[in-house]
Amino acid sequence: MSEKVLMKGNDVIAEACIRAGCLHYFGYPITPQTEISHYLAKRLPELGGTFLQAESEIAAINMVYGASAVGARVMTSSSSPGISLKQEGFSYIAGAELPAVVIDVVRCGPGLGGILPGQCDYFQVTKGGGHGDYRNIVLAPNSVQELYELTVESFNLADKYRMLCMVMADGSMGQMMEAVQFKDKEDITVYDKPWATNGMGNRGHSNFITSVNVNPDELEKTNLRLQAKYRLVEKNEIRYEEINCENADIIVVSYGTTSRIIKNVIKKAKKIGINVGLFRPITLWPYPYEALAKHTDKVKAFLSVELSAGQMIEDVRLAVNGKSNCYFYGRMGGHIPAQQELLDEIIRILKKEDK
Amino acid sequence: MQYEIIIAGFGGQGVLSAGRLLVYAGMLEGKHVSWLPSYGPEMRGGTANCHVIISDEEVGSPILNFADIAICMNLPSFDKFETFVRDDGFILCDTSMVSSEKISETKRKVYGIDATTKAIELGNKAFANIFIIGKLLQITKILRPESIEKALYDVLPEKKHYLIPIEMEALKMGLSN
Repeated sequence: MSEKVLMKGNDVIAEACIRAGCLHYFGYPITPQTEISHYLAKRLPELGGTFLQAESEIAAINMVYGASAVGARVMTSSSSPGISLKQEGFSYIAGAELPAVVIDVVRCGPGLGGILPGQCDYFQVTKGGGHGDYRNIVLAPNSVQELYELTVESFNLADKYRMLCMVMADGSMGQMMEAVQFKDKEDITVYDKPWATNGMGNRGHSNFITSVNVNPDELEKTNLRLQAKYRLVEKNEIRYEEINCENADIIVVSYGTTSRIIKNVIKKAKKIGINVGLFRPITLWPYPYEALAKHTDKVKAFLSVELSAGQMIEDVRLAVNGKSNCYFYGRMGGHIPAQQELLDEIIRILKKEDK
Repeated sequence: MQYEIIIAGFGGQGVLSAGRLLVYAGMLEGKHVSWLPSYGPEMRGGTANCHVIISDEEVGSPILNFADIAICMNLPSFDKFETFVRDDGFILCDTSMVSSEKISETKRKVYGIDATTKAIELGNKAFANIFIIGKLLQITKILRPESIEKALYDVLPEKKHYLIPIEMEALKMGLSN
């Protein structure tokens, strides 16, 4: 391991992209993630790669499609309104079974909204804003160190399953600086890409990449293959973290920045005799339903804390399946809940449950 | 021990770099640190700021709702962040920029140093943030001056390293003020 360095989240994402062997980036600037472009605009040409500021987000995601089709590791990044624009491209990438990495440094919406942090893209990244039956792997880091590790990992996952892998951070994670320790050597898996349209060579046949297929039998077969792949991802790739969940009175489910606030709340609550647990999904899709469901018999209630009007709460409810009460607490517009605010909410819920 | 600090002032006063310097030095001393700049509308109106945490334990939320210390480099920041400080915390302000009448009105504990005036005497008002850091180190012993010096070498680009001896002089003046 190298020495710790102090870096901004967005710069770390860009550095992780290079360390993962991705030398091709197409993007369009938007606050609060533009530093990713700054960093890569300088570094990628030095490394013989491609940095291209496209004319729009839609152009950028289709350039990603093209680069991926010829077998390159490729990334784009944006923030909420820009991610909305890219959704059509996500669906095409899914249909064509291409690996790609997309970073979403979320700001608050709807519409152009504001530039302050939010988690209100949960629906659009996990449930898909694009059309058709497709899924994206979605990773949700909660520290600058994890931004680095999970961004590198996202390239491996994308290549392994030939699908889109997203990293969802919020504006404050992109903007904050923390110590990060880079590995001397990255854990990169190189996958053969015999499907890539990179010249026939000695292959004997030409490759063809498309998402269109007007034959209903064949298109259904494609869909079934995609679904089988998604089931495999659900089996292999679920990640989460549990803190203080054993013997907890209430489990707070939270990811990203808000999960860090909960870590403080756990300590505060302990002082007044309340046991708060934190369940932090690291993969937002596939969602850790079963792991969360294991706690239903032991706790009084679940509380989903988000920087949204309540989006992940729907997955919490699916996991809990009516066996416990699920509550929600969220802030919007760029506000971040204070520790005391959350502790007050927990006390209120436990009083209600004890009645 | 955990210090939660907000540093605020006009853009160009070096409030963001003062924060970076503190967290970098903290990291060099093996502490857990985080730095979060304001990047929204609060950048306007003279209250550009950063949230700084220097801790012996893992840092939870990098976003502060209250601070132990508010470093106010100008009047708008003093007005805005006076109530951001916990009752047992304190305000450290640049008395070249915040009047003594204003300071006497607050119930919070206030430390002052005429950082901008002193910095101009030293040849460049951009040194004001280093005077402030010196004063902060004097009050709290939060970090060692040597760590700040090492951080300066790491944080500043090489072409600016010739300034570091003057910055260290400013730091020492702040420390002994």
